[in-house]
Amino acid sequence: MSTLPVEYGLLLAGILFMLGLVSVLIRRNIIFMLISVEIMLNAAGLAFIVAGSKWAQADGQVMFIFILTMAAAEVSVGLALILQIYHQLKTLDSDAANKMKG
Amino acid sequence: MGLLWLIPTLPFAGACLLVLFGTRLPKRLVPVIGAGSVGLSALITFFVGFDFISSGLPSFQIKAWQWIEVAGLSTGFTFYLDALSLVFIFVITFVGFLIHVYSSEFMVDDEGYARFFAYLNLFVASMLILVLANSLALMYLGWEGVGLCSYLLIGFWYTEEKNGYAARKAFIITRVGDTALAVGLFWLFQEFNTLDIQEISLQAAATWTIGSETAVIIAFLLLGGAVGKSAQLPLQTWLPDAMAGPSPVSALIHAATMVTAGVYLITRMHVVFELAPLAQTAVGIVGALTLLLAGFSALTQWDLKRVLAYSTISQIGYMFLALGVGAWSASIFHFMIHAFFKALLFLAAGAVIMSLHHEHDMFKMGGLKNKLPVIYWTFLIGAASLAALPLITAGFYSKDQILWLAWAGVNGNIWFFLCALLGALITSVYTGRMVFITFFGEEKTHVSHHPGKAITIPLIILAFLSLFGGFIELPHTFGHVTVFSDLLSPVIPATVLREGVQSSEWIVQLIAAMVALAGVYVAYVFYLKKPVLADQAKAAAPGTHQFWLEGWGFDKLYNLLFVKPFVYLSSINKQDFIDSFYDGLVSVAGVFHTILAATQNGRLRWYVLGIVIGAMLILSLALLD
Repeated sequence: MSTLPVEYGLLLAGILFMLGLVSVLIRRNIIFMLISVEIMLNAAGLAFIVAGSKWAQADGQVMFIFILTMAAAEVSVGLALILQIYHQLKTLDSDAANKMKG
Repeated sequence: MGLLWLIPTLPFAGACLLVLFGTRLPKRLVPVIGAGSVGLSALITFFVGFDFISSGLPSFQIKAWQWIEVAGLSTGFTFYLDALSLVFIFVITFVGFLIHVYSSEFMVDDEGYARFFAYLNLFVASMLILVLANSLALMYLGWEGVGLCSYLLIGFWYTEEKNGYAARKAFIITRVGDTALAVGLFWLFQEFNTLDIQEISLQAAATWTIGSETAVIIAFLLLGGAVGKSAQLPLQTWLPDAMAGPSPVSALIHAATMVTAGVYLITRMHVVFELAPLAQTAVGIVGALTLLLAGFSALTQWDLKRVLAYSTISQIGYMFLALGVGAWSASIFHFMIHAFFKALLFLAAGAVIMSLHHEHDMFKMGGLKNKLPVIYWTFLIGAASLAALPLITAGFYSKDQILWLAWAGVNGNIWFFLCALLGALITSVYTGRMVFITFFGEEKTHVSHHPGKAITIPLIILAFLSLFGGFIELPHTFGHVTVFSDLLSPVIPATVLREGVQSSEWIVQLIAAMVALAGVYVAYVFYLKKPVLADQAKAAAPGTHQFWLEGWGFDKLYNLLFVKPFVYLSSINKQDFIDSFYDGLVSVAGVFHTILAATQNGRLRWYVLGIVIGAMLILSLALLD
């Protein structure tokens, strides 16, 4: 069975990461920003998987499970925050939440 | 004699106790601690003194504990007892105890009762350290300690602005002298690598020649310290204002003990002064001028306590004059007798002032002779001693000795003698004036309060000493008792007389006696018999009267020379130019702060961008390596 070259996998991961990063930067809706962060996390996870298969080690998959767990926790906290923000500000615009600046 | 260390420690412990728990203690216990600790010290002084004299040792030393040990300077709390310090600790503890007893009634209605006794105890402890110190470093500790207590007690009633001003004035002016003294001590340490007084005396006598430059400079620096503390010319201006403090304070600090610290210092360092004849003559000149200047000022004062203040300056002038002519023992004798009668006068004056609703003006008193008989008689005895009335008073024997030696001493001359004689005349005139105005004539203010036993008993004891204290040292011409000078002879050199003057001693004594009586008669004529004469004299030379009243314009002069330029400098340099550097640092930090604060705008995406740029920078740095 022919294998895909590592570069392709890493390239895909990089593109996904950049997509996520750019959308975090340009989106104002907090839910979209949260989704973008998820994309970035999964891009990093993909890079781990690719690297793990390259060296035929299980470490990459272990790391992916870690990232998955962390992402779940992060989403639960993030959603709770978003609910609170919406409750307080009646909007999901992240720029409206600048009241806490020093 | 092993109990010597307890003498300064007990008052110090009393001060600590009163500072820590004074306000919580029952009011009856405060004077028990305050006066009791000093009383115990006085008792121990008697035992130690008796032990010391009967042992026949020239000196005794006890080290309580180590204080400083650095770079060749080793100073302990080492107490050194010889005849000189014995005389001083006797006066300090004994007169101090009487004044504490007096204060227990005098200050009883004051809010700061415990505070007062705490300061007074601390003062006694510092003064005892000063005179018992074996090294100049320890002596300097006591020296500054008494200065601090003097400041605290002059400003005791601190709610009045002028008292605070007087306290600061006393502190700052004595500091001028203390600086000179400190420089002198540094110099001595550089010369001899020790500050031990006995060691310095030995080495100085061995290495310096008479009149050597170093000896003269050091002696002048020591004199500077002595002049500041003892309120002599040109640093005398603080003492009259120091009368802002309570009367017991004036009696203890500004008459009996602290102001004579300068006399003690010069006597203690007599070896240095004997090696510097120029400085020793300067001591005599300072004394002679001061006693005249202060005497003339005392003639014109209307405040009872200020008369006594100027008289104190003048009497210390006598002590300095005696030191200047080398009459060491006469000076210390006069110190002791002066401590008795001047403490008595201040305490009696305090009692008069208290009895008349805090009235200080003599011209509003009068006729108190029958109203306050105990105070009248004790004050009269003190005044007689101050005026040196012949034969019956102690002041006569001590002052007569100085007058005689001012002329006959080996450093003495006719000018010193004439100054001292004129001073004696003025002394008895202003003393007579004070007594006649205050106690005779018609009653002008109603006596509202009669002093109790705690006030009268110390007065009576001091009056007894002012009368009979002089009999321990009688002149050659009659009696010839030399108990006092024999006691001091191992410590300080005997006075050398000039050639061919011995026979004239009785003439000088006669002149001195006549002068004292003449002064009192003048005062009697001017202030009791024909008071018009006094007013005429005052009206004839109003300028001179004002000039003397203000203490020869020294305050104005110093104001013009030092205070005004300083105030002017500080007014043109309000924005201190040295501060501008530090202000610059502050404004630079402020600019960075505003820049950085602008980045904290609360926009989440900006923060993310910041993190991304930072991460990229770090990554690219890692990749470039």
